[in-house]
Amino acid sequence: MDIEDVHKNSKLLIDGIPYNVDDVDFMKPGKGRAIYRLRLRSLRDNTVLDRTFHSGDTVEEVYITTHEEQYLYREGEQYVFMNTETFDQRFVSEQLLGDKKQFLKEGTVVTVTMMADEMIDITLPTFVELAVVRTEITTKTATITPQNKAAVLETGYTIGVPIFIKEGDVIKVDTRTGNYVERVSTRR
Amino acid sequence: MTSEESRRLIEKRPNLERRALIFQLTRAFFVERWFLEVDTPLRVSSIAPEQHILPFESEDWFLSTSPELHMKRLLAAGYDRLFQISHCFRKGERGQQHTPEFTMLEWYRTGADYEQMIHDTEELVVTIAEKLGLGSTIQFQNQKISLAQPWPRIPVRDAFLRAAGWDPISDPNPLSFDTDLVNKVIPSFDSTRPTVLKAYPAPMASLARLSPTDPRVGQRAEVFIGGLELANAYSELRNAEEQSRRFQEEMKQIQRAGRRAVMPQRFLEAVAHLPECGGIALGMDRLVMLFCDIESIDEVIPFTVDTA
Repeated sequence: MDIEDVHKNSKLLIDGIPYNVDDVDFMKPGKGRAIYRLRLRSLRDNTVLDRTFHSGDTVEEVYITTHEEQYLYREGEQYVFMNTETFDQRFVSEQLLGDKKQFLKEGTVVTVTMMADEMIDITLPTFVELAVVRTEITTKTATITPQNKAAVLETGYTIGVPIFIKEGDVIKVDTRTGNYVERVSTRR
Repeated sequence: MTSEESRRLIEKRPNLERRALIFQLTRAFFVERWFLEVDTPLRVSSIAPEQHILPFESEDWFLSTSPELHMKRLLAAGYDRLFQISHCFRKGERGQQHTPEFTMLEWYRTGADYEQMIHDTEELVVTIAEKLGLGSTIQFQNQKISLAQPWPRIPVRDAFLRAAGWDPISDPNPLSFDTDLVNKVIPSFDSTRPTVLKAYPAPMASLARLSPTDPRVGQRAEVFIGGLELANAYSELRNAEEQSRRFQEEMKQIQRAGRRAVMPQRFLEAVAHLPECGGIALGMDRLVMLFCDIESIDEVIPFTVDTA
């Protein structure tokens, strides 16, 4: 595509890497060539690249599709997902999931972004509900009560929670920030 | 009308009121100095062929990219001081400081050169600032800018040597010139003062005449305030042959890019009769941005290209 047609959130392939265009800054000396300063964010690892283009330049557009998949189970360092429409299964490496694996519980439905046959991103639901598997018991005799304590969730993720949370409680977590939101249910 | 539209339009009211005042002050400035206001056509049979300015076509004609050629035809016929505020159309120009339909102020003086036109610009900007009650120092994007005259003038060569490390006069390279101008040279200007960049490399002289003492240099100057490219001045080229040669070179580039170009014959006939004169084009929307302390051109026009 012509650089003139690139806009915010266009997806471009540059040096073999797919990027999202986070921002386009158009500058033009009165009599000179138009200059496009693009802020590019890698769709693979979120690194940011600033690149200048001129009118007349062409860039390669990336065609992106999205669909839903359900996380089934873990097999060694591979995570198995299933397309909810075609029931096709795929293995996703632990490395590609990165920090997202901390919020993945069996049965979670995620949005998968594809560039041709390559999976380049997984978008988690904004909130997930996870059980607390380990946290220290706070005693009422403590003279100074901390506001927060650490808890380990069923996915292995360690999170700060209020002191009233007990092992076996299910809590809601914001996957964008990784923070505790609220308690969903408690063990009787 | 949606509530979204009415909210957007009402929010712009302070800017639009100041814009109207700036236009009135501009007209008064030129009328007091015996300039004649003219109104040349917006839909024209030919425009100046410039490879980096894309016109909109209207049947076989073009929407005006600048009133320059028609105003010079008036000068060639014997008019001596002219000004015009007109809409100009340039395809694809869209950004914080650009919109495809914008408003340009142009004025021309016989017996003047580009230095005189820059002096006029200083007078105009200072006069408007005073009449708006802003005094001689304005606030723009968290920066105090002193408008006190004279504004610093920097030769293009010095500015490039200092900020980009190369000399565009002895070694003109148009592609690096535009990029370095935007990315290095303009950001290097003293942000507390207007800057006049003068003496452009000959290949970027456009419709300016070359220096009689150094033909590698065009008598062209640009005014920058607060990072905004505000105005572009020429000592006007009066040599019809040279003007025709420059246009032919531009037309070659335009046709190579697969676009249509038409030689402005009537203008070329007039060039031979041009008196010695200077001319300048100033972006009125940007002048309003400066005096309203607004970063985006969309905030100083009521209807933007996305909402028109």
